[in-house]
Amino acid sequence: MTHPLDVGKIRADFPILTRTVRDGKPLVYLDSGATSQRPRQVLDAERAFIEQHNAAVHRGAHQLAEEATDAYESARARIAAFVGVSQGELVFTKNATEGINLVSYALTNAASAGPESARFAVGPGDEIVITEMEHHANLVPWQQLCARTGATLRWFGVTDDGRLDLTDLDGLVTERTKLVALTHQSNVLGTVNPVPTVARRAREVGALTLVDACQSVPHGTVVSGRVDLAALGVDFAVFSGHKMLGPSGIGVLYGRRELLESMPPFLTGGSMIELVRMEGSTFAPPPQRFEAGVPMTSQAVGLAAAVDYLTVVGMDRVAEHEHALVTAALDRLSAIDGVRIIGPTAADARGSAVSFVVAGVHAHDVGQVLDDAGVAVRVGHHCAWPLHRRFGLAATVRATFYLYNTLDEVDALVEGVRRAQRFFGVDR
Amino acid sequence: MKLEQLYQEIILDHYRNPHRRGLREPYDAEVHHVNPTCGDEVTLRVRLASNGSDATVEDVSYDALGCSISQAATSVLTDLVVGRTVQGSLSTLDSFLALMHGRGEVEPDENVLEDGVAFAGVARYPARVKCALLGWMAFKDAVARSVDAANLKGADAP
Repeated sequence: MTHPLDVGKIRADFPILTRTVRDGKPLVYLDSGATSQRPRQVLDAERAFIEQHNAAVHRGAHQLAEEATDAYESARARIAAFVGVSQGELVFTKNATEGINLVSYALTNAASAGPESARFAVGPGDEIVITEMEHHANLVPWQQLCARTGATLRWFGVTDDGRLDLTDLDGLVTERTKLVALTHQSNVLGTVNPVPTVARRAREVGALTLVDACQSVPHGTVVSGRVDLAALGVDFAVFSGHKMLGPSGIGVLYGRRELLESMPPFLTGGSMIELVRMEGSTFAPPPQRFEAGVPMTSQAVGLAAAVDYLTVVGMDRVAEHEHALVTAALDRLSAIDGVRIIGPTAADARGSAVSFVVAGVHAHDVGQVLDDAGVAVRVGHHCAWPLHRRFGLAATVRATFYLYNTLDEVDALVEGVRRAQRFFGVDR
Repeated sequence: MKLEQLYQEIILDHYRNPHRRGLREPYDAEVHHVNPTCGDEVTLRVRLASNGSDATVEDVSYDALGCSISQAATSVLTDLVVGRTVQGSLSTLDSFLALMHGRGEVEPDENVLEDGVAFAGVARYPARVKCALLGWMAFKDAVARSVDAANLKGADAP
């Protein structure tokens, strides 16, 4: 690493970070895992596109239509390069959830879509393997796929210290497995999963893999800097724009070219066709095959601007910065009597999500006291209810960090937790 | 608005020493309600005495998992409805709903809501309103089921 990032300079790019909340308290935003804030550069890019180039893409031959199409496809190319894949392998969706549903419905549709899609067909006797630490977005669609097709859902457990339990990898991922879906980085525990290990086993048995990269692509890793999806060795990956300084309403599905080329569509309609007759239609090659309707254009432009922003800062520096913050947060929170961290307590192979409970104070109440001090955290099950049940909990408090957070904000979190203990009379 | 205005002493008292907690027999209906955004849950039973228009709430028992606001609100609920007519309890429920949905603009009537007036501050925090209403909505559901069950029995009678 060359030199650490200049947090003060970065914060100046984020207008929202200068506002106050709850009677004049400076905002301490520790909820980027839910949605991140956007720098001026992203807003400027969206505004410039709308003011100068707005038109429906991939239709029309006028100058604005050409410029809009160029902007949209240039965004695709830059985002693809950011995650190490080629632009033909990158499908824009509404969000990551839609990307997962797209794959799950493509698998459903494969049964009736002709011989080239046969390898995607799922039915009784087939198995889908997920993990107990999944976000509902990477869990419910697979339950539903199984319900529609008669396939069986199986899952990896989670160890007490919040790691994926891979002891039965070979027993869980077998010749019966059709697809393995897992998160790259848990949105609750912060755990970074050994995706290449799981993907290797899946390949051995001919199963597809899908990785939920919503919490990894935005933050990078200390080891590699930016996340390279091709290097992970997975078949599909999803992530969302709003968690990486970009707009909401745009997500990304990566699919290996060879797979996208033979996979049937999910949503159908305009833009995704090759030839339409009253008797039937054929479909465009990917990625257009999976982008029915007029797509979200300014959002794609905004997400590309976010990627440019992160690239200039350097994902290795983003990851190092977050690593320093999470190390401090783990140390200082663990030092408080009555605080229990849910997830790895050491900062290795771990991202910056820190979830915890405070003995004698419900997570909602901790969150309320923090909010009163201007500290914004997430409380509840964070869309990972089975994972919370696994730890015997209904709710946790979760702090998530990003490149614009500071060590002082870690201290504000820690002080807020102590105050909650005092307020509810459980301090010792 | 200060934290102390949200978490009034009355709320903290009910939270620390909840009234009528635990599940008891006999009961006419049992419901299980959850707050899907936070995972809080309540199992609540209602026992009515007699039926028809003079039915009264004989007992409300519950087992709940949740924050101080939801626990205290359920405790206050039992104080306000046990021993009342079903109609009277539902009218109190309407007053509590009006207060909670009032965004802090509704002046609570202490004669009707008693300790429930302490929740006036909660109405200013939209995200917490569902916490305060978890037990109350469970009660509404359980009463409706109890009344339905009583009507069915009535219809079966010779």
